[in-house]
Amino acid sequence: MSKRVGETITFDNVGLRYGTDREVLSDVSFTLYPGSFYFLTGASGAGKTSLLKLLYLAQRPSRGVISMFGTDVITLPRSRLPAFRRRLGVVFQDFRLIPHLSAFDNVALPLRVSGVREADLRKHVTDMLEWVGLAHRTDARPATLSGGEQQRVAIARAVIGRPDMLVADEPTGNVDPEMALKLLRLFEALNRLGTTVVVATHDVHLLKKVPDSLIMRLDKGRLSDPTGALRYPPQRQVTDRDDNAQLGQDGGEF
Amino acid sequence: MKNPPSRPKFGGAGLSGGFSLMRGDRAAQLVPQARLAGPMPWVIAIMVALTVIAAAGGLALNNLAQNARSELSGGATVQIVEALPQERDRQARAALALLAEHPAVASVRRVPDAELERLLEPWLGVGADKEAVPIPALIDLQMRTEATEAQLDSMRRLLADQAPAARIDAQSAWLGPVFSAISSLQWLALALVILLGLTSAAAVWLAARSALGTNRNTIEVVHLLGGTDSQIAQIFQRSVGFDATLGGTVGLALGLVAVLVLGQQFVGLDSGMVAGGGLTWINWLMLAVIPIAGVIIAMLTARLTVTGALRRML
Ligand SMILES: Nc1ncnc2c1ncn2[C@@H]1O[C@H](COP(=O)(O)OP(=O)(O)OP(=O)(O)O)[C@@H](O)[C@H]1O
Ligand SMILES: [Mg+2]
Repeated sequence: MSKRVGETITFDNVGLRYGTDREVLSDVSFTLYPGSFYFLTGASGAGKTSLLKLLYLAQRPSRGVISMFGTDVITLPRSRLPAFRRRLGVVFQDFRLIPHLSAFDNVALPLRVSGVREADLRKHVTDMLEWVGLAHRTDARPATLSGGEQQRVAIARAVIGRPDMLVADEPTGNVDPEMALKLLRLFEALNRLGTTVVVATHDVHLLKKVPDSLIMRLDKGRLSDPTGALRYPPQRQVTDRDDNAQLGQDGGEF
Repeated sequence: MKNPPSRPKFGGAGLSGGFSLMRGDRAAQLVPQARLAGPMPWVIAIMVALTVIAAAGGLALNNLAQNARSELSGGATVQIVEALPQERDRQARAALALLAEHPAVASVRRVPDAELERLLEPWLGVGADKEAVPIPALIDLQMRTEATEAQLDSMRRLLADQAPAARIDAQSAWLGPVFSAISSLQWLALALVILLGLTSAAAVWLAARSALGTNRNTIEVVHLLGGTDSQIAQIFQRSVGFDATLGGTVGLALGLVAVLVLGQQFVGLDSGMVAGGGLTWINWLMLAVIPIAGVIIAMLTARLTVTGALRRML
């Protein structure tokens, strides 16, 4: 247990302002326990994307402390951040697929960045594209894909490396409810293997679909945490998930 | 529900391992070559061609000046300026005999009247009246070492009695203005080479920046996926290097053709002055280095531009 505690992600009194404007995030404090499933909700403009940007190390906070996997990432030298980013999977709100790369190459990108050999990644990428229902669109450029198809490529790219934490910004915004559910199952499957999942969404129906999920609600840049569960999550639940992952209830093969 | 696909074997994408994995060839596979804007290779080609021509000119001038200097430095000319032909002839013989004995003199030769007349023909016309326009007798001296003013003085004293009409000049003296003109041209060529080099570097820098602008999204995404600065810089370095190599090769070819054509023209002149203005094989090698330097500058600016932009990201 103690080792796992070191693997948490902790925000302590984090504040963020863009330029000299008012703070977009204020006094945000929480702890993400490994293997937990979080939904981040809040009205449009509440600061969900901003919070996720801090999580996936695209932005430095204006104040506060962020520690990831037991390391204070605020004071870390730039050169050490790529290694942290490689442990994360990100679904950007605007997908951010690379326009001149095929669906296959977009999904393969994180593996190539991490130095996986071509021979090793081919099958994984093909399987992943098949899994998100895009086996027939492997060679398509993003511009020739529908919004929902692009979103699925973006998700495939985020989960292909089986990250320690998955951060998804409105990952189901452009797909029909059936596909939304299917993608959510993908996140859950990843979660069962120990990946911490954070999904930002407007969709309140989605929240009910993952029974053990924790909800982070942002209101005008402030995190409401009336019970303190976000700061001090119940340990039991985390242990449960940990055990599940180790038991490998899907046969160990993810 | 079907399980999601299994996870690929990472070479060590964890906190410590993932770093050193991507080197060299792998980086280029991340994204296809982000090419420089269309006309860039041509701009580089033109700059390289101009630089090659300017450098070739400078080197040829340098060779010419050095050849001329070594040929002329040991040379001196004695003129017997005397209107009376018999007296002129007597003094010339006396001077010839005296100078042949002088320790500093390697060889001495009277320029025959026929040769002199041929040299002066363009100015005086054929069969000019020799009495009307007295032509001085001319003696060519070759010294053992470079002609010094002290040696020339000692010769003047030697001739003062027997050949009072003798005037001795070092050949380099009257070529002085030519040498200084050549040397100015050399400086000009050097300045041109430097200016062209700077302009090329600036052009490449701008091209790298605009390539960076159009690929900003790609750079950001690779950055956020955990790409290191050097991985991302390498993507750019390679494509810029590719374009610069293309441009540099074309430019070198164009420049060399121009230099060869110009060289042929000068050989056609075949004047004593221009002899020795050719290029040695070392010079040709130096010209070939120009596009290589161009490629290095291009890749270096690309790298600096990209890493500079990346440093502004977290
Ligand atoms: N780069 C930026 N520069 C300045 N202000 C920004 C920037 N990005 C976001 N903001 C502001 O920060 C606030 C929070 O934005 P954010 O994108 O985090 O909201 P959100 O909760 O993700 O909204 P949505 O649900 O619409 O995606 C908004 O008021 C927005 O205008
Ligand atoms: Mg948002």
